Amino acid sequence: MRGLRKHRGAILVNLALAVLVLIWLIPSVGLLVSSFRDRFSIQTSGWWSIFPHREWAVVTVIDPREQGLDANAPMDVEGVTGTFEQLREGVEAPDGKRIKWIGNRRIGRIEVQEKQWAVNWGFTLENYRQVLMGKDFEYAHADGTVEIIPGDDFWGAIFNSLAVAIPSTVIPILIAAFAAYGFAWMNFPGRRLLFILVVALLVVPLQVALVPLLSFYKSLELNGTYLAIWLAHTGFGLALATYLLFNYISTLPRETLESAFIDGASHFTIFLRLILPLSVPALASFAIFQFLWVWNDYLVALIFLGGNPNFEVVTMRLAGIVGDRGQDWHLLTAGAFVSMILPLAVFFSLQRYFVRGLLAGSVKG
Amino acid sequence: MSYFDRTKEQRSSAVISILATILRVALAILIPLIAFLVLYAGFLFLRAGNAPKWLITIVAILWGVGGVAVLYWIFNWIVEMFPEQWTIRLQPFVFVGPAMAILIWYLAWPAARTFYISLFDRDGPAAGNFVGLGNYVAVFTDRLMRQAFRNNIFFWILVATPLTVALGLLVAVLADRSRFERVSKSMIFMPMAISFVGASVIWNFIYEVKPVGASQIGLLNALVVGLGGQPQAWPAYTAIAPFNNLFLVIIVLWLQTGFAMVLFSAALKGIPEEIIEAARVDGATEVQVFFRIMIPYIMGTIITVTTTIVIFTLKIFDVVWVMTGGQFGSDVIATQFYRQSFIARNAGYGSAIAIVLLIAVIPVMVYNLRQFREQEAF
Repeated sequence: MRGLRKHRGAILVNLALAVLVLIWLIPSVGLLVSSFRDRFSIQTSGWWSIFPHREWAVVTVIDPREQGLDANAPMDVEGVTGTFEQLREGVEAPDGKRIKWIGNRRIGRIEVQEKQWAVNWGFTLENYRQVLMGKDFEYAHADGTVEIIPGDDFWGAIFNSLAVAIPSTVIPILIAAFAAYGFAWMNFPGRRLLFILVVALLVVPLQVALVPLLSFYKSLELNGTYLAIWLAHTGFGLALATYLLFNYISTLPRETLESAFIDGASHFTIFLRLILPLSVPALASFAIFQFLWVWNDYLVALIFLGGNPNFEVVTMRLAGIVGDRGQDWHLLTAGAFVSMILPLAVFFSLQRYFVRGLLAGSVKG
Repeated sequence: MSYFDRTKEQRSSAVISILATILRVALAILIPLIAFLVLYAGFLFLRAGNAPKWLITIVAILWGVGGVAVLYWIFNWIVEMFPEQWTIRLQPFVFVGPAMAILIWYLAWPAARTFYISLFDRDGPAAGNFVGLGNYVAVFTDRLMRQAFRNNIFFWILVATPLTVALGLLVAVLADRSRFERVSKSMIFMPMAISFVGASVIWNFIYEVKPVGASQIGLLNALVVGLGGQPQAWPAYTAIAPFNNLFLVIIVLWLQTGFAMVLFSAALKGIPEEIIEAARVDGATEVQVFFRIMIPYIMGTIITVTTTIVIFTLKIFDVVWVMTGGQFGSDVIATQFYRQSFIARNAGYGSAIAIVLLIAVIPVMVYNLRQFREQEAF
């Protein structure tokens, strides 16, 4: 009896979990599926219509003028009767067909429709080509007109994001590791006071620094350079990095260091040869965290790189499409997915370290 | 014994030692000089930015990462040339100095400077007038700022935060009892890797609206129309204002639940199995176990997660900025800060808003410092 109840409980738990996971996945899956559908399909049918479903399909088309129908009076078509307004909404015949007037009163046509199984795929790689290559694309409509649609240059933005994110990750780690070693293994006046400053700065919102930094950069003509944004990301991530690495490095066994000192190694050698290799787990945790943070950052990039269109990073590019061409779903879906590939790959391959970093307190002020 | 009394060998060895000292000093000046020149050339190359994109990217990465490493090496090299007692005295500053300089230069000093700017009108201290606390009076009385405070406090702190915590806890408890723990946790955690801009695109697509009668391509409106309702541009649906903010809250809920879940999941695994088993043997129901044992046991984590999410939502910017631009009554403190500081160019007012954000996190700062003082490590 108890076993049965336990069994039922487990099913219930898994069911609730499955529902939650499904809800969490649907938004991303919708985006991913849509990014592979052509421009026309995205605009005219929901992405879920790639699954088999029943929809109205045209069986025959009737020209109302040939049949001598008067759109200003109730009309008899295919066994149903309806006014123009009713037919425009669609009138269902007893045999399951639907009669629908398409177009306006004078030059419209009447369609006889029937529910049929259908899938609206329209799968293509064209969206990715357009969003990455940055050229104009010609798009032929069914009626023969050709529309020119500008593409987007995400390749360039990806390179910019890499050039921003990699140094913005490595530089603070290097600086913080040196500082953490200094705090943990060296004695100097003001050590405690300086570390209190680090702790106090942990939660300071970066908004508080933006305006003075921008005017400082302007006076040095640093604005819109990589150096400017690396140092900004370094400054905003450094308190946390120093704090986390200190917590890790200060717990390394004292004996290892002391024996190295006796062998005559200098602080610098010990740091490079001993402490850095031993701290790899902590360094990796913070590196992933900082990399995701910088890659996904929008505000800091907007302010320090905003004036330089050559250095636009992926988040700025994507936000730019949302702002200028918010209805171009074929570009938005593909662009959003392109911007996510790298962080998602990092996330799934190194999730263990990321979780460890979160548990150690990797939450930014 | 004067110089001339020495033997030839003694004389030449003295010359060599003098030459060696000169050489060392020269090297100590020359090597940093060369390094700085190379780094400066790299900087100019990057700023010009007219090479192929991939080359710029590679040079940027090498220059940025390598440059910092070289600077440390040089500084340390110079310090180690000093007599030993000076090396011991100076070396800590090579290790700790750069970090402290950057922290002060990039956070502490700008924060003080922002406060100073906030006491002036829109042109700042250079050209503007001193207005005292006038900007702060304006911040707390302006209609748009009041709306921003309402949204931050009500929708983001009082609605979004408890929902995220509760949902994260629910998922953690469910996953803990499921055979599919790893997979399901990964899936709920995944949005953490997605940028707020990316998430905004994802959810814009869910909320997308087409005219009545056309086929709805947004999932929410397709559901609404399927149930016989009217399609709406949900985050911009001002008829239900201010509750259109809830459609932005949902996005952050989707993004942050994974964070709460991971921390709760680890905390739940820390509860000793014997305590829970003992309670079950004594006849406690699962609900009682949850509320009487699990919740009190992980209270510390609940407080940490709540504080973190409160700080996070206090500064919320990207989602609101990309989804609505702060229109339709969705303005928050950070979007107002951005608009005033960088679009309206109202330096004093924008700075006052930033200082209000800073003041709001001061309790957390004090708590952190108090925790730190209790640690014996220092």
